[in-house]
Amino acid sequence: MRITSALAAAAVLTLAAACGGGGGGSESAPSSNEPVKINFLSLAWQKESVAANKQLVDEWNKANPTIQVTYVQGSWDNVNDQLVTQFAGGTAPDVIHNDSPALSGFAADGYLLDLKDKLPAELKSDIPQPAWDTVTFSDGKGGQGVYGVPFLQESQVIIANKKLLDEAEVRVPTADEPWTWDEFSEAAKKMTKGGSFGVAWAMKSPVNKTLNLALNFGGTFFQTGADGKTTVKVGPEEREVLQRIHDQLYKDKSADPDALGQGTADPLPAFYKGKFAMLPAGVYLRQQVVEQAPDGFEWVTLPAPKGTSAQQGAVSQTLSIAQESEHPGEAMKFISFFLNGANQAKLAKGDWLLPTSQQAAADPAMTTEENGWDVATASAKNLVVAPFLKVNGFDEWKSKVATPALQEYFANKITIDQVATKLVEDGNKVLERYQR
Amino acid sequence: MRRVGQYAALVAYVAFLAFPLLWLLSTALKTPQEMALTEPTWIPREPTLANFGDAFGEQDLIGAALRSLVVALFASVITVLISLPAAYAMARHRGLVNKLAIGWVLVSQVFPFILIIIPLFMILRDLDLINTLPGLVVVHVTFTLPFALWMLQGYVRAVPRELEEAAAVDGASRLRSIASVVAPLLAPGVVATLLFAFISSWNEFMFALVVLQNPDVMTLPLTLVRFTGPEGVARLGPLAAASLMATIPSLIFFAIIQRRLKSGLMAGAVKG
Repeated sequence: MRITSALAAAAVLTLAAACGGGGGGSESAPSSNEPVKINFLSLAWQKESVAANKQLVDEWNKANPTIQVTYVQGSWDNVNDQLVTQFAGGTAPDVIHNDSPALSGFAADGYLLDLKDKLPAELKSDIPQPAWDTVTFSDGKGGQGVYGVPFLQESQVIIANKKLLDEAEVRVPTADEPWTWDEFSEAAKKMTKGGSFGVAWAMKSPVNKTLNLALNFGGTFFQTGADGKTTVKVGPEEREVLQRIHDQLYKDKSADPDALGQGTADPLPAFYKGKFAMLPAGVYLRQQVVEQAPDGFEWVTLPAPKGTSAQQGAVSQTLSIAQESEHPGEAMKFISFFLNGANQAKLAKGDWLLPTSQQAAADPAMTTEENGWDVATASAKNLVVAPFLKVNGFDEWKSKVATPALQEYFANKITIDQVATKLVEDGNKVLERYQR
Repeated sequence: MRRVGQYAALVAYVAFLAFPLLWLLSTALKTPQEMALTEPTWIPREPTLANFGDAFGEQDLIGAALRSLVVALFASVITVLISLPAAYAMARHRGLVNKLAIGWVLVSQVFPFILIIIPLFMILRDLDLINTLPGLVVVHVTFTLPFALWMLQGYVRAVPRELEEAAAVDGASRLRSIASVVAPLLAPGVVATLLFAFISSWNEFMFALVVLQNPDVMTLPLTLVRFTGPEGVARLGPLAAASLMATIPSLIFFAIIQRRLKSGLMAGAVKG
């Protein structure tokens, strides 16, 4: 690399002559007359969502000539690699869009600003405490800090083919009276006929879905002992949902095996053709159905089944402020505007997700029956902090241990005892490294 | 009859090669409903230009393509200019140091990306090259140089040393023999290396993502990724339309440079 570095330096000189300034260059310090400039890294990607984001930034910029926000679009797939580098290089955006699981590590490394004492009272009171819990992490000094403002949440629902649902003559679950897992299994069996399956579990990325639903039976998958050490736990509570999904696949044969290795949206074409009746998925998938479903295809949104409770693990999309931001006060003012009740309703609608703001959740657009918004919004009350959010080393456990182990289990290659052993033994080895 | 068979084989081969591009075109012209059919259709039933409208309406694709083109051209030309003399020296002066140098060049390719990018990012920051196209060109040159060097030294070795010796006997100086004898024979290798460097730079995403933060300087791969969401979910229509448009500048570049590749081969044949 020394050769390349030396040659790169030579190239710098060549380029300086050849290309001139090229682009934006780094910002010089503003004089007293120049507006404060803030970079806002957004991960919005759906058409309506991008439009809502840009519109809000424009509104802000027009109303606040002294604090100008630059909208920078990022990508969900690469945002954390991008941030690691930019944090290390000291050039991170002022305002950062991300999801709550990513915040823990960045907070522990000191890259994010603790917003605990900086949140305006109105914003703080509009968002319920369970949502704030998803962004509250250790500050690495024995205290707890708030490292983002949670604004969009995802819950699990069931998207169902209305015709097949009606034909099966099963009770249609409501937000107040969801199916139990037993009822769900029975309904899936009834809908399995004539080459059609009752349900399709898309398990290419099985961890979040199963861990979030495991809370139905109190399955937390992680436990912290008196010594403060977190270990993996796969007891009867954690096994319940795993076993029930497995039973649908291999005992009841009411789940479409073709969907097993697919990503979340991949089974949709087969769903439109009636190859299966129900697709458990995140609320955002409704957008794809609205856009793609063939004319005349009728579908409904059903609440997720309940076990001993209807609880689901919550993960939030968040806006954070970089520790190194030179304008944290102005950044907080912008966030406060961007995430007020009315604006959160626009953002939630654009992303087909649930707003954390109570004002936004009461917006008529969030409670209409159209496209299942009423069921989706009602499911927010079942969201609790996902236990894995607080686990240092969860990402590695997820990618190196849980994903392959759960994929093997759902493919019927290993037993539930074997998957439990892998999750615990291999998982604890991973967590051990993060707790030294 | 034999000729017909040859043409049939050629058509089949071209169809095979063209499949991704044709599929991209087909997808770009489909409605969301048609894209979600379980039996894919080659020819869109209700062709629409809406995806192109969305792609161009939402993103500055032309500006991004132009910036990508500028970066890829500078990066590929600079890579070749720097690596050519080094490759000649490595190929012609054999010894332990040279062997070690070639080995080191190859080893440099196996470093994990994350190991390289943070120090490189800091160097660029200190040079005030973050958020600039020259900064990205420097990164791309650094990134493609080792392999280009390795490629070119192979091409130089393939030119018989005896040709230069014969030129020397005829009274040519070293520089003259390089210019008149070696350079024409090296032309195909230079063009191939140029193509490699161009493609590497044109498609490069991760370095650009990290180095360029200002929306006004973002390159095409950064613009294309805006049509994708979490867990591999994508807005396929606008993505296909944008990707299709993204192939055009590189196709033009290939069409132009391909002639040089052919002429270089011919020149080599005559000299040989």
